[in-house]
Amino acid sequence: MERHLPILQVIVPLIAAPLCLLIRQRNLVFSFALSVCWATFAMAVMLLVRVVFPDTGAPGSPAATVITYQLGGWVAPWGIEYRIDTLSVFVLLIVSGIGATVLTYAPLSISREIERDQHYLFYAAYLLCLTGLLGITITGDLFNLFVFLEISALSSYALIALGAKQSRKALTAAFQYLVMGTIGATFILIGIGLMYQMSGTLNMADMASRLNTFSGPRTVLVAFAFLSVGISLKMALFPLHMWLPGVYTFAPSVVTAFLAATATKVSVYILLRFIFTIFKPKFAFEVLSLDTGLMVLSLVGIFVASTVAIFQTNIKRMLAYSSVAQIGYIVLGISFATGLKDPGAVTGLTAGIVHLMNHALIKGGLFMAMGCIVLRLGSVDIDDLRGIGRRMPVTMFAWLLGGLGLIGVPLTAGFISKWYLLTAALEKGWWFVAALVLISSLLAVVYIWRVVEVAYFQSPPERHSEVTEAPLAMLIPTCVVIGAVLIFGLWTSLSAGIARQAAEVLLGATS
Amino acid sequence: MTAESTIQLALALPFIAAVLTGLFGKWPNLREMCTLLTAGALFFVVASLAPQVFTGARPAFELLEVMPDLRIAFEVEPLGLLFALVASGLWIATTCYSIGYMRAHNEDHQTRYYACFAVAILAAVGAAMAQNMFTLFIFYELMTVTTYPLVTHYGTETARKGGRIYLGILFFTSIAFLLLAVVWTWNIADTLDFKPGGILKEKANDRVLFVLLALYVFGTGKAALMPFHRWLPAAMVAPTPVSALLHAVAVVKVGVFTVMKVAVYIFGIDLLGSTGISVPLMYVAAATILIASLVALTKDNLKARLAYSTVSQLSYIVLGATLANTWGVIGGSMHIVMHAFGKITLFFCAGAIYVTTHKTEISDMRGIGWTMPVTTLAFLLGSLSVIGLPPFGGSWSKWYLALGAAEDHHGLLVAVLMISSLLNIAYLMPIPVRGFFLAPTDGSERSTIKEAPVFCLIPLCITAAGGLALFFFADKIYQLLAPITQF
Repeated sequence: MERHLPILQVIVPLIAAPLCLLIRQRNLVFSFALSVCWATFAMAVMLLVRVVFPDTGAPGSPAATVITYQLGGWVAPWGIEYRIDTLSVFVLLIVSGIGATVLTYAPLSISREIERDQHYLFYAAYLLCLTGLLGITITGDLFNLFVFLEISALSSYALIALGAKQSRKALTAAFQYLVMGTIGATFILIGIGLMYQMSGTLNMADMASRLNTFSGPRTVLVAFAFLSVGISLKMALFPLHMWLPGVYTFAPSVVTAFLAATATKVSVYILLRFIFTIFKPKFAFEVLSLDTGLMVLSLVGIFVASTVAIFQTNIKRMLAYSSVAQIGYIVLGISFATGLKDPGAVTGLTAGIVHLMNHALIKGGLFMAMGCIVLRLGSVDIDDLRGIGRRMPVTMFAWLLGGLGLIGVPLTAGFISKWYLLTAALEKGWWFVAALVLISSLLAVVYIWRVVEVAYFQSPPERHSEVTEAPLAMLIPTCVVIGAVLIFGLWTSLSAGIARQAAEVLLGATS
Repeated sequence: MTAESTIQLALALPFIAAVLTGLFGKWPNLREMCTLLTAGALFFVVASLAPQVFTGARPAFELLEVMPDLRIAFEVEPLGLLFALVASGLWIATTCYSIGYMRAHNEDHQTRYYACFAVAILAAVGAAMAQNMFTLFIFYELMTVTTYPLVTHYGTETARKGGRIYLGILFFTSIAFLLLAVVWTWNIADTLDFKPGGILKEKANDRVLFVLLALYVFGTGKAALMPFHRWLPAAMVAPTPVSALLHAVAVVKVGVFTVMKVAVYIFGIDLLGSTGISVPLMYVAAATILIASLVALTKDNLKARLAYSTVSQLSYIVLGATLANTWGVIGGSMHIVMHAFGKITLFFCAGAIYVTTHKTEISDMRGIGWTMPVTTLAFLLGSLSVIGLPPFGGSWSKWYLALGAAEDHHGLLVAVLMISSLLNIAYLMPIPVRGFFLAPTDGSERSTIKEAPVFCLIPLCITAAGGLALFFFADKIYQLLAPITQF
C-alpha cells in the first residue's frame, strides 16, 4: 500500500471526480469530496515524511531522497515514471493542504454563489482540478505533465464559469482565461514536442541527460522559448497576466481562494522543473540569460501590479493584482539562482520556493475572508465594506492579519520570504534590487491600509444593519489558514527549512 | 526564581494583561484592576533583575530560532534594564492616569484601548531586553502596529489622517531603511547579536559603514530625527494618556534606545569614534534640536508644542549616541530616563487641563494656576526638569552631553546645547508663569479651585516628584551605565 502512495495521490481524486456525478445529493457529495481531499492531504504528508526525513522520520536528518514509481511496472524511460523530490513534495503539500481546507469551507459559500443544481458539478470539477495540479507536481514524464496541465486547466474554466450566478461576467472571464490558457498550453506542448524530437524521450531525467543543450541545433533554443512564454502565461508573469484579474474577481469565492493559492504556484513549479531539472541553470541563465529577463519583468511587474492594485475599488480585483505582484517576488527569487556556487543563488531560490507556500497561505486566507464577506454582503466593493470591521470583527481581523502578512510585517510568514529575498539580493551585492523590493512592499501598505481604514473607521451603511459575523463553518477554516500565516512567521523549519533543501536539490548540491 | 523565568515572566505579564483586559471588557473596574496589578507586578519583576545586572551578570533567555542562526532571544544589560524599568514604572502611573482621564471623558472602546496599551508595553519590554537586532526589530514593528489603534482612537477624520502619517512614516522608514540595514549587517557580520564593542569592526570599509549607520539612524523613524519627525506631531490626535506614555516614554524611547543600542553594541563606540563616520549625523541631530525647538515656540496648541519639544529632546539622545564617547553615551542614555519623567509630567498636566477646562490652546491658559494650582505647579517642575536646571534630573544628562561634546572639541555642539536650553525656557516657562501671574480670561477667582480627577492628579504629582528625585539618584544610573562604555 505504502509503495503505491505516489499513484494513489493522483488516482484517488481522479476516480472520485466522476463518482461525484453519480452521487449528486448535495450533502453526500460534499462529505465524499471532503474525505477524498483530506485523504490526499494525508498522503501528501506521508510522502513528505518519506522524502524529506527519510532516515528516522525526525526533523534534522540531513539527506533527502527521491521516490520514484513506475506506472504499471513499465520501466522508465519507456513507461511513465512518477518522481518525487523535495520540491514536488513541498508543492504537493501546499496544493493538497489548501485544497482540503478550502473545500471544508466551501458548502455555505457556494450555496450563495453557485446554482443549487450545479453543486455536484462544482465538486466534480474541483476534484478534477486538484487531480491535475497534483499530477503536474508528481509526474516525471513530460507528456503526462501536459495531460495533467490540461485537466487542471479545463476543470478550472468550468469552475470559474460557475460564478455566472453572481455575475454574467464570470463567463467572459472564463472564456478569456480559456483563450489565454490554451495559447499557453499550446506553447508548452510545442516546446515539449520539439524537445521530444531532439532527445527521443519524454522522461524528464532521461531527457536531461540526453539533451545536448550547448552545441546542439537551434531547435532546443526554440523549444525553450516556447516553453518559457507558455509557462509565463500560465503563471501570470507580468506582462502576460491579463487573464488573471478577471478570473479572480468573477469566479466564486471558493474557486478564487483555491486557484489563487495553488494554480499559479504549480505553474511556477513547472518553470522550476524546466529550468533546473531539464535545461539546467547554466543553459537557461548563462547561455540564454533568462535570469535578467525574469528579474526585470518581475521587478516591473511588482511595481506596476502593486500600483494598479491601489486604484481598484473591487477588493477581489485588488487582491488579484496583488497576486501578480507577488508572483513577481517569487520569480525574482528564482532569477537569483544562476548556479550552486554563485552568491545568493541558494538563498534566492529558497526565497522563491518558500514564498510559494507563504503566499499560498496569505492569499488563500485573504480570499477566504473575502468569501465570508461575500456571503454576508453579496459585494466586495470598497464602498460596501464601510464599517465591516464592526459588523464582522473576526473575519475582518483575519483579513487584517493576512494583509500584514502581504506587507511582510515581522511575525508573519511574509516577513520570512522577504528576509530571504533581501539576504539573497545583498549576498549578490545587488543593493538596488534589495531597495526596490523594500520600496515595493510599501505599496502593499497603501493598498492594504486603504481597506483597513474603510473597514474600521467608517460607519456601516444603513442597509447593512442586519449583517452579522460569518458562520463558524467558514470562519474556522479561514482562521486556520491565517493562523498558519502567523505560525510560519515564527517557526520556519517546515517552510523555509524544506524550501532550502528543495533549492539545494534543484541546484544539484546533493548529486 | 531563576533569571530565565524572570525574563519570561516580564514578557508574559503584559501579554496576560492584554488577554485579561479583553476578557473582562464588560466589567470596567475589574478590567482596570487587572491592568494596574500586572503593571505593578511587571515593574517589580523587572526591578528584581536589577541587582544581578548591577553586579555584572547578564541574565539571558532564548525563545526560539526563527531561521537558522536568527533567534528571538533576550539578554538584560544595563541600557535595556534602564529602559525596561522606565517603561514598566511609568506604565503604572499612566494606567492610573488613564482611569481618571478616560472615565472623566466617557471614552468609547476602552477595552481595546487598555489591551493595545498592554501589547505596546510588551513591545517596549521585549525591545529593551532584546539580545540581538533581529529580536529588537520584531518588537519595534510590533510597537508600530499595536499603537496604531491607540493613535486613531477617536476614529474621526483627523484621527485617520494622523494615523495615516504615523503609520506611513514609521513603516516607510523601518521597511525601506531599517530592515535593509539589519539584513545588510547580517550579510556583513554573519551575526546580529548585540556584543560589547560591536560586531562590525574590520568587516567593511568606512563608506559602507557610513551608509549603514545612516540607514540605521534614519530608519529608526521613532527617534524622530528630521526630516522623519512629522509622525510625532501627527500622533498627537491620540487621547492624552497615549501621548503621555507612548510619545514620551514607549514609542519614541524605543526609537532612541535602538539608536543607542546600535551605536554601542552593533558599531561600538570605538569604531564610531576612530572612523568619525557619525559626525555628519551628529550635526543632523544638532540641527533637529534647534529647529524643533524653534518650531515649538510657534505652536499655540499645548500638545503640539510638547510634541515638537519631544522631537528636539530626542535628538539629544541621538546626539549622545553619535558623539560616541563615554560621556555622550552615558548622557544620552541617562536622558532617556530624565526626559521620560519630565515629559510625561507635562503631558499629564496638558491632559488634566483639558479634561477639567477643555482648553487646548496655550493662549487660553492664562491664569490656569489660579484654578488648578497643583497641576500648574507640577507643570512648572516638569518644565524645569526638561529644561535641565538643578535640582532636577534633566540637569545631569545635559551636563554629561555637554561634557561629551566638549571632550571631542565640538564647540559648536556645546553652543547648540546651551542655546537649546534657552529655547526650552522660552517655550515652556510662559505656560506656568502666565498661569500663575496673569488673571484668568474667564474671570474666575483664585478661590474657585477645580482640579482634575484625583486619579489624574496623583500620577502627575508622582512623576513631577520623580523628576526631582532623579537629581539625587543620578549617581546610581551612572554606576549602572558605566560598564557599557568599557569592554
